[in-house]
Amino acid sequence: MALIGRALLIMALGVAVFGIGASIYGARTGLREWVVAGRRSVYALAGLATLAFAILEDAFFRSDFSFNVVAAHSSTTTPTFYKLAAAWSSQEGSLLLWVFLLSLWSSLILFLTRRRAREIAPYATAVLLGFGAFFTSLAVFYANPFTTSANPPAEGAGLDPLLLHPSMMIHPPMLYSGYTLLTIPFAFAVGALITGRLGAEWISLTRRFALAAWLFLGIGILLGARWSYTELGWGGYWAWDPVENAALMPWLCITAFIHSIMIQEKRGMLKIWNVSLVLAAGTLSILGTFLVRSGILDSIHAFGASTLGVPFVILLGVMVIGSIGLIVWRRELLRSDARLESLLSREAIFLFQNLVLVGMVFVVFWITFFPLISQALTGTKVSVGPPAFRPFIVPLALILVLLSGIGPIIAWRRVTAANLRRNFALPVAAGLITFFVLLFWPGGPSSRPFALIMFALAGFVLTSVAQELWRGVAARRAMTHDPVPLAFVGLIRRNRRRYGGYIVHAGLAVLLVGVAASSSFQHSQDVILSPGQTAHVDGYTIRDVRPTASVTDQKIAFGAVLNVSKGGKHVTNVTTTRNFYPSQNPSDGLVGKFFDTANSDSAVGLDAGLRRDIWTVINVDPTHLAPLINQGNNVFAAYAPQVMTKAAKLPPAQARQLMNSLWAERDLAVTEIARRFVTHPWPTEFLLIVDPLVTWIWLGALIIGGGGLIALWPVPKLARRRVRAPVAPPAPAPAPPRVPVREPV
Amino acid sequence: MSVEYLVVFAILFAVVAFVTAPLRRAHVATENVPATLADLEAAREAKYRELRDAELDHRTGKLSDADYEELDRTLRAEAIEILHGIDRATIEPQ
Repeated sequence: MALIGRALLIMALGVAVFGIGASIYGARTGLREWVVAGRRSVYALAGLATLAFAILEDAFFRSDFSFNVVAAHSSTTTPTFYKLAAAWSSQEGSLLLWVFLLSLWSSLILFLTRRRAREIAPYATAVLLGFGAFFTSLAVFYANPFTTSANPPAEGAGLDPLLLHPSMMIHPPMLYSGYTLLTIPFAFAVGALITGRLGAEWISLTRRFALAAWLFLGIGILLGARWSYTELGWGGYWAWDPVENAALMPWLCITAFIHSIMIQEKRGMLKIWNVSLVLAAGTLSILGTFLVRSGILDSIHAFGASTLGVPFVILLGVMVIGSIGLIVWRRELLRSDARLESLLSREAIFLFQNLVLVGMVFVVFWITFFPLISQALTGTKVSVGPPAFRPFIVPLALILVLLSGIGPIIAWRRVTAANLRRNFALPVAAGLITFFVLLFWPGGPSSRPFALIMFALAGFVLTSVAQELWRGVAARRAMTHDPVPLAFVGLIRRNRRRYGGYIVHAGLAVLLVGVAASSSFQHSQDVILSPGQTAHVDGYTIRDVRPTASVTDQKIAFGAVLNVSKGGKHVTNVTTTRNFYPSQNPSDGLVGKFFDTANSDSAVGLDAGLRRDIWTVINVDPTHLAPLINQGNNVFAAYAPQVMTKAAKLPPAQARQLMNSLWAERDLAVTEIARRFVTHPWPTEFLLIVDPLVTWIWLGALIIGGGGLIALWPVPKLARRRVRAPVAPPAPAPAPPRVPVREPV
Repeated sequence: MSVEYLVVFAILFAVVAFVTAPLRRAHVATENVPATLADLEAAREAKYRELRDAELDHRTGKLSDADYEELDRTLRAEAIEILHGIDRATIEPQ
């Protein structure tokens, strides 16, 4: 099957290169058959990439260690669930996943636009195939997932334990879906710039893909944060790690685009800005992939080597220089059709919001790449951590939340003082009441001004969104006389973009309340406890009840049951473990391989709630068992070769039986050593954290995801049906009856 | 191994046949919407959306009666201009 896989990749590269040529030739000559052949190349690329990816997944599923990538990233003891995910934990598999997802999304957009965008689509096809050819050539020449070994090992190295987490099944495909979806608006923007067709068409064709990219990237970022919180054992969900930032930057960029594109659709303004945002988001998506796969910046999330740096730098250079060149070339066509009428208008608020988002991208980019910049300038790599981000990001986030509350309640074009009063009175009052109540609340957040302001702004945003929803429902009820729930559903169904967006704003406020509270009021302690001892964190008493140890085929887990109480009342019991996975390092010894700290991860003991999370993690040091482990290694180092020599002289069935008995004795020894943690426990290190409102982050993210889905979902046919305006147009402007409008509200 | 080679050649044949099929035909039938028309139709949809948004803004109190009437008048005039453009673009190719 490896041969077929290698051949599929070469065919994929060939078909991509052919498709680029056919699309450009067809576009230049107007010969439609060449354009269609180019489009078909994308479909063929999708078919070939799907087949290749299926072959790779099958090899992982069957634990076929003749595939080098399978031997290096999986093992027979890896759970089936994670064997499938192991494909994209490797450099080779992730490149193939990129091509696979890119070809699927590209096929979808080109199928949907097969009778539209006659001039733009061929160039967009060439760009998309260009990305396909780039990543396929990396998979063919640099990191081929189908290279095999003539002498495959009997057992694989296994998956990195840190990746043994449910989020890891879907986190990378979500991020990669976001990255690959961003190439679609990028490609159509390039097509629009080349052809000079910079009207509304390319935007209407790709807007939904931009929104899908935003949603997928957002889900990927959230899953990464959740993985960090529950798997990495440091108690946080966001560390401003380069790979986290690499996903955040295009997400911020495309968030700005989703808003500013409405200004272009409605007013014909910000054309240069919008096309720049799309091109920047596409370039940042490639930069994100580069950071994950190149290992150029130190990151806990980067699982790649540094062999792919040069090709990526060349691609990024082409994208940046090409984008700037195209925009300069078409600057005359990109002039705005209208001007901003008032600073008190929704378009002005969107513009400010765009500036804030782009400011955030700039800050994140500068600080993330500061180590490389400093190395280039001074020869010394200066690393800056999370504290460098906060002075910039916190105020920008506060402004962003404020604008996300103003946006829904301010009208397009301009507003009057009376309308401002009518729409802002309640939300502003809610924000001020929240501020003053919390300011004077005993033990409240008055000591943390940024958190206090964030809570007040969240009150403002949530009230403004609630007010909008209520007024919308009331307007609909006035027309349909539906009961409130039905009117609510009908309102959202018919105005998905608008109310999906408002729900996203509400989710953002909830999420940032969680971030502000958890980062400002976290209480944590590093303690060393023996069974029966207690520690105190933020009024909670945490007692180490008893140690635990379990041995399975896959891992040895040392842990502790912790009892949490407050004021003498029982709150909860949590269990945390440190898991050790068998290493493939021969120097660890036959027994020591089960206690290798380099092959371990943490299982957090977590009691999550709406008000606070109690987060615990144990850090068991197995060196206390070193004498026993060394003794076991010595015994089996002497004993195992004798058994193996004896087994070599026996018939296969008896040899297998003899070897199995050897491994059974070894497993017994390992189990007995592990049990020492329970029978003779030693003082163990714990990290204990009480963190308020962390659950609000996940809730907020769910609300954002729900709002995004509502906005993304196609408007039902009924709502798209054209009907006559129910209210006659004003007398001075005789509106011809031909002008249809959609059914209101 | 020989079966694998057969599979590879079969896939290669299928891919080449699929991708080059349009080039082997005398003429590819096209039902494309002309580019200018497509732009105008997209602009028309955006304008309809804007009209509808303005109406919703009015009904939810973000626009006063006077502001709404003026805005609606402007938007309808812009919509008519787009519709005239569509008429011209539809007639011109004939």
